[in-house]
Amino acid sequence: MAELHAEAVHRHEAPKGFIWKYVFSLDHKVIGKQYYFLALLAVVVGMVLSWLIRVRMVWPSARIPGLDKLSPVGAPGGVMTPEYYLSLLTLHGTLMIFFVLTTAPQSGFGNYFLPLQIGAEDMAFPRLNMLSFWTTFVGLAVLLSTFFVTDGPPISGWTAYPPLSAVGSAAGPGEGLGQDLWVISIAIFCIGALLGALNFIATTLDLRTRGMKLMRMPLTCWAWFVTAVLGLLSFAVLFGACVLLLLDRVGGTSFFTPGGLIVSDKIIPHTGGSPLLWQHLFWFFGHPEVYIAILPGMGITSHILSCFSRKPIFGYKVMAASLMTIGFLSFTVWGHHMFVSGMSPYSGFTFSIFTMAIGVPSAIKTFNWLGTLWGGKLRFTSAMLFSIGFVSLFVTGGLSGIFLAQPAVDSYLHATYFVVGHFHMVMGVAAIFGMFAGTYFWFPKILKPLIPVHEFMTISALITGAAQFIFLFNLFWSMFKGEKASTNPWEATSLEWTVPSPPPFDNFGGKHPVVYHGAYEYGVPGAEKDYIMQDSPVKITAS
Amino acid sequence: MASREAMRVPAAGVNEAPATESVWSGGVSPYAVSSKKLGMWLFIVSDAITFSALLMAYSYVRVASAHWPMPFEWPSILNATVMTGVLLSSSLTMVMAVRAAKMANRKAAVGWLLATMLGGIAFDVLHLREWGGLIEEGVRLFKNPWGTPLFGASFFGLTGLHMTHVTVGVVYLGVVAAGFAKSKFTSDDVEVSGLYWHFVDLVWMFIFPLVYLMSAKQA
Repeated sequence: MAELHAEAVHRHEAPKGFIWKYVFSLDHKVIGKQYYFLALLAVVVGMVLSWLIRVRMVWPSARIPGLDKLSPVGAPGGVMTPEYYLSLLTLHGTLMIFFVLTTAPQSGFGNYFLPLQIGAEDMAFPRLNMLSFWTTFVGLAVLLSTFFVTDGPPISGWTAYPPLSAVGSAAGPGEGLGQDLWVISIAIFCIGALLGALNFIATTLDLRTRGMKLMRMPLTCWAWFVTAVLGLLSFAVLFGACVLLLLDRVGGTSFFTPGGLIVSDKIIPHTGGSPLLWQHLFWFFGHPEVYIAILPGMGITSHILSCFSRKPIFGYKVMAASLMTIGFLSFTVWGHHMFVSGMSPYSGFTFSIFTMAIGVPSAIKTFNWLGTLWGGKLRFTSAMLFSIGFVSLFVTGGLSGIFLAQPAVDSYLHATYFVVGHFHMVMGVAAIFGMFAGTYFWFPKILKPLIPVHEFMTISALITGAAQFIFLFNLFWSMFKGEKASTNPWEATSLEWTVPSPPPFDNFGGKHPVVYHGAYEYGVPGAEKDYIMQDSPVKITAS
Repeated sequence: MASREAMRVPAAGVNEAPATESVWSGGVSPYAVSSKKLGMWLFIVSDAITFSALLMAYSYVRVASAHWPMPFEWPSILNATVMTGVLLSSSLTMVMAVRAAKMANRKAAVGWLLATMLGGIAFDVLHLREWGGLIEEGVRLFKNPWGTPLFGASFFGLTGLHMTHVTVGVVYLGVVAAGFAKSKFTSDDVEVSGLYWHFVDLVWMFIFPLVYLMSAKQA
């Protein structure tokens, strides 16, 4: 363990009693774990739904024993109806996007490691932090409750396009109470996400310890910071849109519902609204949202690639700047989801240009990752393998995005499996690889034991979703039976590796470390070891 | 979190960055404000965007509708102007409350806070009376006697969200006033609540012209 050069500050006592320690804890580390396990629950449910989706697609008349118990309407006799397929699709998307991809990489890992990496003893607003977790939890509970209402979850997809989502039960099963609950769940989730984002921004700006300049922060912190800014600005819009949609559904308003609709032989009394308005509001949130899902994975990948290449990250400043550029551009491209909505070709052209511009910072990141690997002393740990996998998947997914950015091409590809493939490659797999990488990298810090390498796991994860259960088994097995890890098993440089595993309640034992170096001083010529801890006061002499 | 605050805004020399380093070098708040105040600013940014989304939606449906009603005759405009005056005055009393709090004059600060709350309540009362009048004339979320039904939806939606903010603000100021009277809260807390109050006023400065003045009955 590196010597802690630190300034004594007021020491905080750990809370006592099960409830305050593990349930309504104010400790960022407990809250981080709570978020992680919430996402784990959501990902298991979401994955089972995707199996059912595949089964319905390939064997439409297959009988799933017990499914009729869960939904007598959606699966009479255990055979899924076409509408139930849509219900499963909706819940799969909603769970994965909101409760997994927005929750684990940012609120899970970020909560646990942002304060540790910047040398703070907690987040800026611990009470708000606890509140945002429990708000998110209520959001998840409300969403899952749609399985148990009479006609099941809504059928309008995770994007909830009106008029389908706005006109009520005439539109199909799940469009009654199920859709109401969906809108309420997402509005609640927005509140939790906003509180969390606010906390992350204030923490990063205010609580960096002495010497932790912005340009010394690990790239994970940069990624969490930019993600929080995106969350603060985009969830605010989705919240407003959800309020309007709920008014349309229960208040009889017509913000998103045009006049003269006849649905299932029923005259819809709404008049005068515009479904396009929802698309604008939703995608103004929706596009930043996909970066909310992927940016933390980029941060984690950068962090791990540098550590296990035993080399400084290639182009640190540009890496931070490209995160910010991607964040900024993400607010200018929402129209590329709406190329076929009848928008003016001039608007389409503008959105297309901005969309392709995102390729520039993305390519910068990719080449810098390759530059980091180039000539490094690579250590192929599990975390490293997943990070390299992240880069590969991000390239594949990203390149498929260039096709979709052209309005002329997108007119044909819109609402096809090309789009499904594109975003699953980036969000569905690359972002998940980022989570795996983070889990393998930080597990020894969170719970002391190391997770053993499973080559089989790595290969099979690519082949079939079922193999994820090996990961789950491995995770829980290691938690109780794993080999004990040292404080800094990866010989990494950032501050979380200076404290014992698991870190004590107030992280640095009533002290604030002082930071002397950037986060990626690996393989410094002339240095004693091939890495220099951030809080080590040694001078770097060679250039 | 008093201890945390004390730690982050340290006594001279204890935890300050040396003069050669920038305020961004860590160890101090770069904006030289408490985290609480920064947090309120961030909340205001986010809430402003929620209101922007609704104002954008309002403008969108208004432009897209063929017959947007312009029903407000001069008594309605006068009423809305009085409401605007009341809300603006409450911003003034809020400023006085912050000033008194900074001068450690607890009694005066609590008095000004109560005056601000009174302004907020008066605004709500005038507003609800106006709502009642419109409802009596047959304006609902989904219909009105004059034209496109979205008029009622956007009117009640926008002003309702704003009224909720005023009402929450009155409760918030009440909590702050009670806490400040008992020395549980600092003058910083009063100032932070002031930020919220001024923001709610500012939002009204967008709603008043867009919803009322632009819908005044043409002679």
